[in-house]
Amino acid sequence: MKSFRAIIARDLLLAVRQGGATFLALVFFLLTVTLFPLGIGPEPAVLARVAPGVLWVAALLAAMLSLDRLFQADFEDGSLEQLTLSGLPVGFIVLAKIITHWLTTGLPLLLAAPVLAVLLNMNDEGFAALLLTMLIGTPALSLIGAIGAALTLTVRRGGVLLSLLVLPLYIPVLIFGVSAIDAAVHGLNAKPHILLLAALTMAAIPLCPWAAAAAVKLSLE
Amino acid sequence: MFQGRDIACDRGERRIFSNLDFRIMQGQALVLRGPNGCGKTTLLRTAATLLKVARGKLTWDGTDISEDPEEHRARLHFVGHLDAVKGALSVRENIAIWAKVRGSTEDRIEAAMAAFEILHLMDTPAQYLSAGQHRRTALARLVASPAALWLLDEPTVSLDADGTACLQRAIAAHRADGGMVMAATHIELGLDDVEFLQLKPQ
Repeated sequence: MKSFRAIIARDLLLAVRQGGATFLALVFFLLTVTLFPLGIGPEPAVLARVAPGVLWVAALLAAMLSLDRLFQADFEDGSLEQLTLSGLPVGFIVLAKIITHWLTTGLPLLLAAPVLAVLLNMNDEGFAALLLTMLIGTPALSLIGAIGAALTLTVRRGGVLLSLLVLPLYIPVLIFGVSAIDAAVHGLNAKPHILLLAALTMAAIPLCPWAAAAAVKLSLE
Repeated sequence: MFQGRDIACDRGERRIFSNLDFRIMQGQALVLRGPNGCGKTTLLRTAATLLKVARGKLTWDGTDISEDPEEHRARLHFVGHLDAVKGALSVRENIAIWAKVRGSTEDRIEAAMAAFEILHLMDTPAQYLSAGQHRRTALARLVASPAALWLLDEPTVSLDADGTACLQRAIAAHRADGGMVMAATHIELGLDDVEFLQLKPQ
Protein backbone atom coordinates (compact mmCIF):
# COMPACT_ATOMS: atom_id res chain seq x y z
CA MET A 1 0.00 0.00 0.00
CA LYS A 2 2.92 2.30 0.85
CA SER A 3 4.57 1.48 -2.48
CA PHE A 4 1.25 2.06 -4.25
CA ARG A 5 1.02 5.55 -2.75
CA ALA A 6 4.69 6.18 -3.53
CA ILE A 7 4.08 5.42 -7.22
CA ILE A 8 1.11 7.81 -7.35
CA ALA A 9 3.17 10.49 -5.59
CA ARG A 10 6.00 9.94 -8.07
CA ASP A 11 3.77 10.24 -11.11
CA LEU A 12 2.08 13.37 -9.75
CA LEU A 13 5.48 14.95 -9.05
CA LEU A 14 6.56 14.17 -12.61
CA ALA A 15 3.29 15.57 -13.97
CA VAL A 16 3.81 18.83 -12.06
CA ARG A 17 7.44 19.12 -13.19
CA GLN A 18 6.53 18.52 -16.79
CA GLY A 19 3.76 21.11 -16.35
CA GLY A 20 2.90 22.11 -19.91
CA ALA A 21 2.72 18.63 -21.40
CA THR A 22 0.43 17.45 -18.62
CA PHE A 23 -2.31 19.95 -19.24
CA LEU A 24 -2.14 19.72 -22.99
CA ALA A 25 -5.25 17.53 -22.93
CA LEU A 26 -7.18 20.24 -21.10
CA VAL A 27 -6.10 22.91 -23.58
CA PHE A 28 -7.06 20.60 -26.45
CA PHE A 29 -10.49 20.09 -24.85
CA LEU A 30 -11.06 23.85 -24.46
CA LEU A 31 -9.95 24.59 -28.01
CA THR A 32 -11.95 21.86 -29.72
CA VAL A 33 -15.16 22.79 -27.95
CA THR A 34 -14.74 26.49 -28.77
CA LEU A 35 -14.37 25.54 -32.43
CA PHE A 36 -17.96 24.34 -32.59
CA PRO A 37 -19.73 27.70 -32.14
CA LEU A 38 -17.39 29.04 -34.82
CA GLY A 39 -18.03 26.11 -37.14
CA ILE A 40 -21.78 25.62 -36.88
CA GLY A 41 -22.77 29.20 -36.10
CA PRO A 42 -23.85 30.95 -32.91
CA GLU A 43 -27.54 29.89 -33.04
CA PRO A 44 -28.27 29.19 -29.31
CA ALA A 45 -30.87 26.49 -29.96
CA VAL A 46 -28.55 24.54 -32.25
CA LEU A 47 -25.65 24.78 -29.81
CA ALA A 48 -27.82 23.69 -26.90
CA ARG A 49 -28.95 20.68 -28.96
CA VAL A 50 -25.43 19.51 -29.76
CA ALA A 51 -23.79 20.51 -26.45
CA PRO A 52 -23.80 17.11 -24.69
CA GLY A 53 -22.41 15.30 -27.72
CA VAL A 54 -19.78 17.92 -28.45
CA LEU A 55 -18.56 17.96 -24.85
CA TRP A 56 -18.32 14.20 -24.62
CA VAL A 57 -16.67 13.70 -28.01
CA ALA A 58 -14.11 16.40 -27.21
CA ALA A 59 -13.46 14.85 -23.79
CA LEU A 60 -12.97 11.45 -25.41
CA LEU A 61 -10.45 12.81 -27.90
CA ALA A 62 -8.63 14.83 -25.25
CA ALA A 63 -8.32 11.79 -22.97
CA MET A 64 -7.09 9.70 -25.89
CA LEU A 65 -4.52 12.31 -26.86
CA SER A 66 -2.89 12.04 -23.44
CA LEU A 67 -2.78 8.24 -23.31
CA ASP A 68 0.67 7.82 -24.82
CA ARG A 69 2.07 9.56 -21.74
CA LEU A 70 0.67 6.82 -19.51
CA PHE A 71 3.49 4.30 -19.99
CA GLN A 72 5.60 5.43 -22.95
CA ALA A 73 8.13 7.70 -21.22
CA ASP A 74 8.62 5.21 -18.39
CA PHE A 75 9.00 2.39 -20.89
CA GLU A 76 11.68 4.22 -22.86
CA ASP A 77 13.90 5.23 -19.94
CA GLY A 78 13.66 1.91 -18.07
CA SER A 79 11.45 3.18 -15.25
CA LEU A 80 8.63 0.83 -16.18
CA GLU A 81 11.01 -2.12 -15.86
CA GLN A 82 12.09 -0.87 -12.45
CA LEU A 83 8.48 -0.34 -11.38
CA THR A 84 7.51 -3.89 -12.26
CA LEU A 85 10.51 -5.08 -10.24
CA SER A 86 9.38 -3.14 -7.16
CA GLY A 87 7.68 -6.21 -5.75
CA LEU A 88 4.18 -4.80 -6.18
CA PRO A 89 1.93 -6.85 -8.51
CA VAL A 90 2.01 -5.27 -11.98
CA GLY A 91 -1.78 -4.80 -11.93
CA PHE A 92 -1.47 -2.44 -8.97
CA ILE A 93 1.33 -0.50 -10.64
CA VAL A 94 -0.88 -0.06 -13.70
CA LEU A 95 -3.79 0.97 -11.46
CA ALA A 96 -1.61 3.59 -9.73
CA LYS A 97 -0.68 5.03 -13.12
CA ILE A 98 -4.32 5.02 -14.23
CA ILE A 99 -5.29 6.94 -11.09
CA THR A 100 -2.62 9.56 -11.80
CA HIS A 101 -3.73 9.76 -15.40
CA TRP A 102 -7.29 10.45 -14.26
CA LEU A 103 -6.14 13.06 -11.73
CA THR A 104 -4.14 14.92 -14.37
CA THR A 105 -6.52 14.46 -17.32
CA GLY A 106 -10.02 13.35 -16.33
CA LEU A 107 -10.35 15.66 -13.34
CA PRO A 108 -9.31 18.84 -15.21
CA LEU A 109 -11.73 17.92 -18.02
CA LEU A 110 -14.49 17.42 -15.47
CA LEU A 111 -13.82 20.84 -13.94
CA ALA A 112 -13.67 22.60 -17.32
CA ALA A 113 -16.82 20.97 -18.72
CA PRO A 114 -19.41 23.20 -16.93
CA VAL A 115 -17.67 26.37 -18.18
CA LEU A 116 -17.79 25.06 -21.73
CA ALA A 117 -21.40 23.98 -21.24
CA VAL A 118 -22.27 27.63 -20.58
CA LEU A 119 -20.48 28.57 -23.78
CA LEU A 120 -22.61 26.03 -25.66
CA ASN A 121 -25.79 27.35 -24.06
CA MET A 122 -26.68 24.05 -22.43
CA ASN A 123 -29.93 23.92 -20.45
CA ASP A 124 -29.61 24.35 -16.68
CA GLU A 125 -31.17 20.91 -16.18
CA GLY A 126 -28.25 19.32 -17.96
CA PHE A 127 -25.49 20.59 -15.67
CA ALA A 128 -25.94 18.11 -12.85
CA ALA A 129 -26.11 15.23 -15.34
CA LEU A 130 -23.06 16.55 -17.19
CA LEU A 131 -20.97 16.70 -14.02
CA LEU A 132 -22.19 13.33 -12.81
CA THR A 133 -21.61 11.52 -16.11
CA MET A 134 -18.16 13.09 -16.44
CA LEU A 135 -17.34 12.07 -12.88
CA ILE A 136 -18.43 8.49 -13.53
CA GLY A 137 -17.34 8.25 -17.17
CA THR A 138 -13.87 9.83 -17.28
CA PRO A 139 -12.29 7.15 -15.04
CA ALA A 140 -13.50 4.59 -17.59
CA LEU A 141 -11.65 6.55 -20.29
CA SER A 142 -8.39 6.27 -18.35
CA LEU A 143 -9.02 2.61 -17.52
CA ILE A 144 -9.89 1.48 -21.05
CA GLY A 145 -7.19 3.68 -22.54
CA ALA A 146 -4.55 2.00 -20.39
CA ILE A 147 -5.07 -1.26 -22.29
CA GLY A 148 -4.46 0.47 -25.62
CA ALA A 149 -1.47 2.38 -24.27
CA ALA A 150 0.08 -0.81 -22.89
CA LEU A 151 -0.55 -2.78 -26.11
CA THR A 152 1.10 -0.16 -28.32
CA LEU A 153 4.19 0.29 -26.12
CA THR A 154 6.57 -1.53 -28.43
CA VAL A 155 5.08 -0.08 -31.61
CA ARG A 156 7.07 2.82 -33.01
CA ARG A 157 4.87 5.90 -33.39
CA GLY A 158 1.95 3.91 -32.06
CA GLY A 159 -0.25 6.99 -31.72
CA VAL A 160 -2.53 6.25 -34.67
CA LEU A 161 -2.79 2.57 -33.81
CA LEU A 162 -3.59 3.55 -30.23
CA SER A 163 -6.53 5.69 -31.33
CA LEU A 164 -7.83 2.97 -33.65
CA LEU A 165 -7.70 0.51 -30.75
CA VAL A 166 -9.18 2.72 -28.10
CA LEU A 167 -11.84 4.85 -29.82
CA PRO A 168 -14.20 1.92 -30.61
CA LEU A 169 -13.96 0.86 -26.98
CA TYR A 170 -14.93 4.38 -25.89
CA ILE A 171 -18.24 4.24 -27.79
CA PRO A 172 -20.33 2.81 -24.90
CA VAL A 173 -19.07 5.53 -22.57
CA LEU A 174 -20.01 8.15 -25.17
CA ILE A 175 -23.48 6.69 -25.75
CA PHE A 176 -24.49 6.46 -22.10
CA GLY A 177 -22.81 9.74 -21.18
CA VAL A 178 -24.63 11.69 -23.87
CA SER A 179 -27.98 9.95 -23.45
CA ALA A 180 -27.98 10.68 -19.71
CA ILE A 181 -27.44 14.40 -20.32
CA ASP A 182 -30.03 14.43 -23.15
CA ALA A 183 -32.56 12.77 -20.89
CA ALA A 184 -31.93 15.32 -18.13
CA VAL A 185 -32.17 18.24 -20.55
CA HIS A 186 -35.53 17.01 -21.83
CA GLY A 187 -36.86 16.48 -18.34
CA LEU A 188 -36.74 12.69 -18.54
CA ASN A 189 -35.28 10.25 -16.07
CA ALA A 190 -31.49 10.16 -16.50
CA LYS A 191 -30.94 7.53 -13.85
CA PRO A 192 -30.96 4.38 -16.04
CA HIS A 193 -28.30 5.86 -18.34
CA ILE A 194 -26.16 6.95 -15.41
CA LEU A 195 -26.46 3.53 -13.80
CA LEU A 196 -25.37 1.83 -17.03
CA LEU A 197 -22.40 4.18 -17.27
CA ALA A 198 -21.53 3.38 -13.65
CA ALA A 199 -21.76 -0.32 -14.44
CA LEU A 200 -19.28 0.18 -17.30
CA THR A 201 -16.81 1.91 -15.02
CA MET A 202 -17.25 -0.66 -12.27
CA ALA A 203 -16.56 -3.47 -14.72
CA ALA A 204 -13.52 -1.62 -16.06
CA ILE A 205 -11.93 -1.15 -12.61
CA PRO A 206 -10.90 -4.79 -12.12
CA LEU A 207 -10.66 -5.83 -15.79
CA CYS A 208 -8.65 -3.05 -17.40
CA PRO A 209 -5.65 -2.95 -15.00
CA TRP A 210 -5.44 -6.72 -15.26
CA ALA A 211 -5.44 -6.69 -19.08
CA ALA A 212 -3.06 -3.72 -19.26
CA ALA A 213 -0.69 -5.44 -16.81
CA ALA A 214 -0.53 -8.48 -19.08
CA ALA A 215 0.33 -6.22 -22.02
CA VAL A 216 2.97 -4.35 -20.00
CA LYS A 217 4.63 -7.62 -18.99
CA LEU A 218 4.70 -8.73 -22.63
CA SER A 219 6.24 -5.47 -23.76
CA LEU A 220 9.11 -5.88 -21.28
CA GLU A 221 10.06 -9.33 -22.55
CA MET B 1 20.96 -19.47 -2.03
CA PHE B 2 19.98 -18.55 -5.57
CA GLN B 3 20.24 -21.44 -7.95
CA GLY B 4 19.54 -22.19 -11.58
CA ARG B 5 19.33 -25.73 -12.82
CA ASP B 6 19.38 -26.80 -16.44
CA ILE B 7 18.17 -23.37 -17.59
CA ALA B 8 17.32 -22.69 -21.22
CA CYS B 9 16.13 -19.38 -22.63
CA ASP B 10 14.59 -18.33 -25.93
CA ARG B 11 14.45 -14.91 -27.55
CA GLY B 12 11.94 -14.88 -30.35
CA GLU B 13 12.25 -18.34 -31.85
CA ARG B 14 15.94 -18.60 -31.17
CA ARG B 15 17.44 -20.60 -28.32
CA ILE B 16 20.00 -18.31 -26.64
CA PHE B 17 21.48 -20.83 -24.20
CA SER B 18 20.60 -24.18 -22.71
CA ASN B 19 21.78 -26.65 -20.05
CA LEU B 20 22.99 -23.80 -17.89
CA ASP B 21 23.64 -24.36 -14.19
CA PHE B 22 24.71 -21.82 -11.61
CA ARG B 23 24.60 -21.30 -7.89
CA ILE B 24 25.15 -18.19 -5.79
CA MET B 25 25.56 -18.51 -2.03
CA GLN B 26 25.27 -15.70 0.51
CA GLY B 27 28.10 -13.22 0.11
CA GLN B 28 29.12 -14.63 -3.25
CA ALA B 29 29.53 -12.87 -6.56
CA LEU B 30 29.00 -14.53 -9.92
CA VAL B 31 30.44 -12.82 -12.97
CA LEU B 32 29.02 -13.76 -16.37
CA ARG B 33 31.51 -13.97 -19.19
CA GLY B 34 31.19 -14.53 -22.89
CA PRO B 35 31.10 -12.81 -26.28
CA ASN B 36 28.30 -10.47 -27.44
CA GLY B 37 25.02 -12.25 -27.96
CA CYS B 38 25.82 -15.25 -25.79
CA GLY B 39 22.94 -14.45 -23.44
CA LYS B 40 24.38 -12.54 -20.48
CA THR B 41 21.61 -9.96 -20.53
CA THR B 42 19.03 -12.66 -21.20
CA LEU B 43 20.19 -14.61 -18.16
CA LEU B 44 20.11 -11.51 -15.94
CA ARG B 45 16.65 -10.52 -17.15
CA THR B 46 15.49 -14.08 -16.59
CA ALA B 47 16.90 -14.01 -13.06
CA ALA B 48 14.91 -10.79 -12.54
CA THR B 49 11.71 -12.56 -13.76
CA LEU B 50 11.44 -10.10 -16.66
CA LEU B 51 11.82 -13.09 -19.00
CA LYS B 52 10.54 -16.61 -18.59
CA VAL B 53 12.71 -19.70 -18.68
CA ALA B 54 12.01 -22.03 -21.60
CA ARG B 55 13.23 -25.01 -19.61
CA GLY B 56 14.70 -25.65 -16.17
CA LYS B 57 14.14 -24.01 -12.85
CA LEU B 58 15.33 -20.99 -10.88
CA THR B 59 15.13 -21.49 -7.14
CA TRP B 60 15.66 -19.35 -4.06
CA ASP B 61 16.54 -21.41 -1.00
CA GLY B 62 14.97 -24.36 -2.78
CA THR B 63 11.68 -22.67 -3.69
CA ASP B 64 10.84 -22.11 -7.35
CA ILE B 65 10.78 -18.32 -7.94
CA SER B 66 7.89 -18.59 -10.39
CA GLU B 67 5.65 -19.60 -7.47
CA ASP B 68 5.76 -16.07 -6.10
CA PRO B 69 7.48 -13.74 -8.59
CA GLU B 70 6.52 -10.60 -6.58
CA GLU B 71 8.38 -11.89 -3.55
CA HIS B 72 11.43 -12.59 -5.68
CA ARG B 73 11.28 -9.12 -7.28
CA ALA B 74 11.14 -7.48 -3.87
CA ARG B 75 14.45 -9.06 -2.89
CA LEU B 76 16.41 -8.06 -5.97
CA HIS B 77 17.89 -4.97 -7.57
CA PHE B 78 18.30 -4.89 -11.32
CA VAL B 79 20.51 -2.38 -13.09
CA GLY B 80 20.16 -2.80 -16.83
CA HIS B 81 21.12 -0.86 -19.92
CA LEU B 82 18.55 1.82 -19.13
CA ASP B 83 19.13 4.09 -16.14
CA ALA B 84 15.49 4.86 -15.20
CA VAL B 85 16.58 8.37 -14.25
CA LYS B 86 14.12 11.19 -14.88
CA GLY B 87 15.60 14.37 -16.32
CA ALA B 88 12.93 16.59 -14.79
CA LEU B 89 13.80 15.48 -11.24
CA SER B 90 16.89 16.22 -9.18
CA VAL B 91 19.42 13.53 -8.33
CA ARG B 92 18.07 13.29 -4.80
CA GLU B 93 14.45 13.00 -5.97
CA ASN B 94 15.40 10.32 -8.47
CA ILE B 95 16.98 8.18 -5.77
CA ALA B 96 14.30 8.96 -3.19
CA ILE B 97 11.53 7.84 -5.55
CA TRP B 98 12.88 4.32 -5.82
CA ALA B 99 13.74 4.15 -2.14
CA LYS B 100 10.15 5.09 -1.26
CA VAL B 101 8.61 2.69 -3.75
CA ARG B 102 10.64 -0.04 -2.08
CA GLY B 103 9.75 1.19 1.40
CA SER B 104 13.25 2.27 2.39
CA THR B 105 14.24 4.98 4.87
CA GLU B 106 15.43 8.57 4.46
CA ASP B 107 18.97 8.06 5.82
CA ARG B 108 19.72 5.41 3.22
CA ILE B 109 19.14 7.98 0.46
CA GLU B 110 21.96 10.15 1.85
CA ALA B 111 24.13 7.07 2.27
CA ALA B 112 23.48 6.07 -1.34
CA MET B 113 24.52 9.48 -2.66
CA ALA B 114 27.61 9.41 -0.48
CA ALA B 115 28.51 5.91 -1.67
CA PHE B 116 28.58 7.05 -5.29
CA GLU B 117 30.06 10.50 -4.52
CA ILE B 118 27.17 12.48 -5.95
CA LEU B 119 26.17 14.36 -2.78
CA HIS B 120 27.28 17.64 -4.36
CA LEU B 121 24.87 17.03 -7.27
CA MET B 122 21.92 16.40 -4.93
CA ASP B 123 19.78 19.29 -6.22
CA THR B 124 20.92 19.22 -9.85
CA PRO B 125 18.19 18.22 -12.31
CA ALA B 126 19.23 14.92 -13.84
CA GLN B 127 18.95 16.28 -17.38
CA TYR B 128 22.14 18.31 -16.78
CA LEU B 129 24.19 15.30 -15.63
CA SER B 130 27.03 13.77 -17.62
CA ALA B 131 26.65 10.15 -18.74
CA GLY B 132 28.84 8.95 -15.87
CA GLN B 133 26.92 10.96 -13.26
CA HIS B 134 23.68 9.66 -14.77
CA ARG B 135 24.96 6.12 -14.30
CA ARG B 136 26.03 6.81 -10.72
CA THR B 137 22.52 8.05 -9.95
CA ALA B 138 21.13 4.81 -11.32
CA LEU B 139 23.60 2.73 -9.33
CA ALA B 140 22.82 4.65 -6.13
CA ARG B 141 19.45 2.86 -6.18
CA LEU B 142 21.32 -0.27 -5.14
CA VAL B 143 22.34 1.26 -1.84
CA ALA B 144 19.18 3.34 -1.29
CA SER B 145 17.08 0.31 -0.43
CA PRO B 146 18.15 -3.10 0.82
CA ALA B 147 17.84 -6.14 -1.47
CA ALA B 148 19.53 -9.51 -1.14
CA LEU B 149 20.34 -10.04 -4.81
CA TRP B 150 21.97 -7.51 -7.15
CA LEU B 151 21.67 -8.19 -10.87
CA LEU B 152 24.06 -5.90 -12.73
CA ASP B 153 24.16 -5.73 -16.51
CA GLU B 154 27.34 -3.94 -17.63
CA PRO B 155 27.22 -1.67 -14.57
CA THR B 156 30.46 0.15 -15.36
CA VAL B 157 29.33 1.56 -18.72
CA SER B 158 30.33 5.27 -18.84
CA LEU B 159 31.78 5.17 -15.32
CA ASP B 160 35.25 6.66 -14.74
CA ALA B 161 37.89 5.01 -12.52
CA ASP B 162 36.48 6.70 -9.40
CA GLY B 163 32.98 5.61 -10.25
CA THR B 164 34.13 2.02 -10.77
CA ALA B 165 35.89 2.17 -7.40
CA CYS B 166 32.64 3.39 -5.78
CA LEU B 167 30.82 0.45 -7.31
CA GLN B 168 33.49 -1.98 -6.09
CA ARG B 169 33.18 -0.66 -2.53
CA ALA B 170 29.38 -0.85 -2.70
CA ILE B 171 29.53 -4.45 -3.93
CA ALA B 172 32.08 -5.38 -1.25
CA ALA B 173 29.88 -3.89 1.50
CA HIS B 174 26.84 -5.65 0.08
CA ARG B 175 28.67 -9.00 0.06
CA ALA B 176 30.00 -8.45 3.56
CA ASP B 177 26.34 -8.16 4.66
CA GLY B 178 25.62 -11.52 3.08
CA GLY B 179 24.29 -10.08 -0.20
CA MET B 180 24.61 -11.81 -3.56
CA VAL B 181 25.74 -10.32 -6.85
CA MET B 182 25.31 -11.54 -10.38
CA ALA B 183 27.03 -9.30 -12.90
CA ALA B 184 27.75 -9.26 -16.61
CA THR B 185 30.82 -7.29 -17.48
CA HIS B 186 33.62 -7.10 -20.01
CA ILE B 187 36.05 -5.20 -17.88
CA GLU B 188 37.65 -6.39 -14.68
CA LEU B 189 35.45 -5.31 -11.76
CA GLY B 190 38.35 -5.87 -9.37
CA LEU B 191 36.35 -7.96 -6.96
CA ASP B 192 37.93 -10.50 -4.65
CA ASP B 193 36.94 -14.09 -4.62
CA VAL B 194 34.46 -14.23 -7.50
CA GLU B 195 33.10 -17.17 -9.41
CA PHE B 196 32.90 -17.03 -13.18
CA LEU B 197 30.24 -18.39 -15.44
CA GLN B 198 31.33 -18.77 -19.02
CA LEU B 199 28.50 -18.57 -21.54
CA LYS B 200 28.97 -19.97 -25.00
CA PRO B 201 27.19 -18.79 -28.10
CA GLN B 202 24.83 -21.46 -29.44
